[in-house]
Amino acid sequence: MDTAQIDPGTDFVWPSEDVSQIPFRVYTDQDLYDREQKMLFQGPTWNFLCLDCEIPEPGDYKMTYIGDAPIVVVRDENGDINAMVNRCAHKGSLVCYKPRGNVKEFACIYHNWTYDLRGKLTGVAFGKGVRGQGGLTEEFKHDEHGLERIRIENVRGFIMGTFSDETPAFVDYIGQELMDNIDRVFIKPLKVLGYHSQIFPNNWKLYVENNKDSYHASLLHVFHNTFGVVRPTMTGGILLSDSRWHHLSYTQREEIGDDNIAKEKIRSKQDDYSLADTRMMEHVLELGDKITNSIQTVFPTMVLQQILNALAVRQLIPRGVDESELIWTILGFEDDDADMDELRLQVNNLVGPAGFISMEDGCVGGFIQTAAKANVDAQTILPMGGRKIEPSDGSRVTESAVRGFWKGWRECMGV
Amino acid sequence: MTTTTDLDRDLAMRLRIDALVADYIHCIDEDRLEEWPDYFTADGRYKVITRENYDLGLPVALIYCDGRGMFEDRISALRTANIYEPHVYCHMVSALKILDSSGPDIKTQSNFTVTRTMSEGDMMTFLCGKVFDTVTEVDGELKFKERTVILDSRRIDTLLVIPV
Repeated sequence: MDTAQIDPGTDFVWPSEDVSQIPFRVYTDQDLYDREQKMLFQGPTWNFLCLDCEIPEPGDYKMTYIGDAPIVVVRDENGDINAMVNRCAHKGSLVCYKPRGNVKEFACIYHNWTYDLRGKLTGVAFGKGVRGQGGLTEEFKHDEHGLERIRIENVRGFIMGTFSDETPAFVDYIGQELMDNIDRVFIKPLKVLGYHSQIFPNNWKLYVENNKDSYHASLLHVFHNTFGVVRPTMTGGILLSDSRWHHLSYTQREEIGDDNIAKEKIRSKQDDYSLADTRMMEHVLELGDKITNSIQTVFPTMVLQQILNALAVRQLIPRGVDESELIWTILGFEDDDADMDELRLQVNNLVGPAGFISMEDGCVGGFIQTAAKANVDAQTILPMGGRKIEPSDGSRVTESAVRGFWKGWRECMGV
Repeated sequence: MTTTTDLDRDLAMRLRIDALVADYIHCIDEDRLEEWPDYFTADGRYKVITRENYDLGLPVALIYCDGRGMFEDRISALRTANIYEPHVYCHMVSALKILDSSGPDIKTQSNFTVTRTMSEGDMMTFLCGKVFDTVTEVDGELKFKERTVILDSRRIDTLLVIPV
């Protein structure tokens, strides 16, 4: 797709030289939101659609979104996965309106136009009319009226989709260094342990920034400090892709004796506030390293999470200029035994809409969204770690990755 | 044939369970959350799970407590660590149905809605769904041995911090 052809143009001008100041308008402006749909979500970006293991059988499908656009992902008779815009070529109804299921074909409920599992139009009800009257004329070509197909890539079981032919192959999109972290965490076939959905009263970008902002973690999520989850012995860092669009923030334990390699219990720093039950903080070192926490973002809206043994992929869906929805898909490995299943349920108390170390992310964006209205021409500032967009070996007290997001946003948006 | 004695016994049990549930929801709605763990047995289990996960047979819950310590941790975190805009719940519970009263544990189901009112006044129907309870008698008092709260909607508005 030629970007120039879809660019509707904009009056918006980025108000500063770099990305260390962000105008509040980007969180409140409907025109920019509309432009994001075309230039960013339907531009040269990879978007998480679903997991390979969610649609194991031919005919299995799942509904999802890229930005505002409804998408259906389906496995066909040959075992291949296809993704299409979930919109009938005729009147534009959803062809698929149940969130998941198994079908032989897609049949639009409105006028019964049917499509095969690759999105090809296979039938038009009364296409030949009734008793020689009505129906389609000869100029109608079935081949020209299929469902709009989305390019996909299966990345270690994560099905990614893009509208654009210009989007580079996924590994080139995020870079080898960040690809290595996906390989580090998702080492075996996955299974889904459940889903959460959380509605944020804020523009989608405020949540993306929150994920890239490792500076806030121990400050907003007081649970970390109160219950001694983050300890001074932990080191970590931030990796950025060459493009600066994507990031990885991680922490790891320094000292683990041989005796407790398999399991290390975390004790509270303060006796007053110790956890009565520490099972949820137990960490089975299943990945062969000492990394306790890794949050990886794939521009624009995908987050891959490893917090102790809580694995998840998070998908952010914009729901208008001042609302967004986060879908959490909670993961385990297919070969987890009953003890491991139970441990993952315990540790998942930390994350999700009711998670001890994540719930605050649900309200803080709303606080900014409300305050933004004070003056949308004013700007937020991102001074931590200077103005550069560089990886960080030791300190996570930097907003480099957030600035990297804005670099990507400006490049996609052409502003 | 149902005898008067059976009816009396059934009615008495319903009244006792009704009183337990009433005490439980008033405890939450009146922010006496430190008392919340007392409504469960020491090995009590509590789950808040979406209907989506429950119907798909998927185990992950929004809140999962297994044993008294985890109940206490939920409340101490809410009081000392978690940050959220102040709000209160109002629980409405109805349609209590006794599923099984043949053994020492009584199994029930009921419906509920929770309205949430924020400190600034915004009010919404926050949660609604079904509760499956296993109630048992400990030292003459009824307690929840197991409480599974199934939320009709998959979507949680903003965050979930106060138990249901």
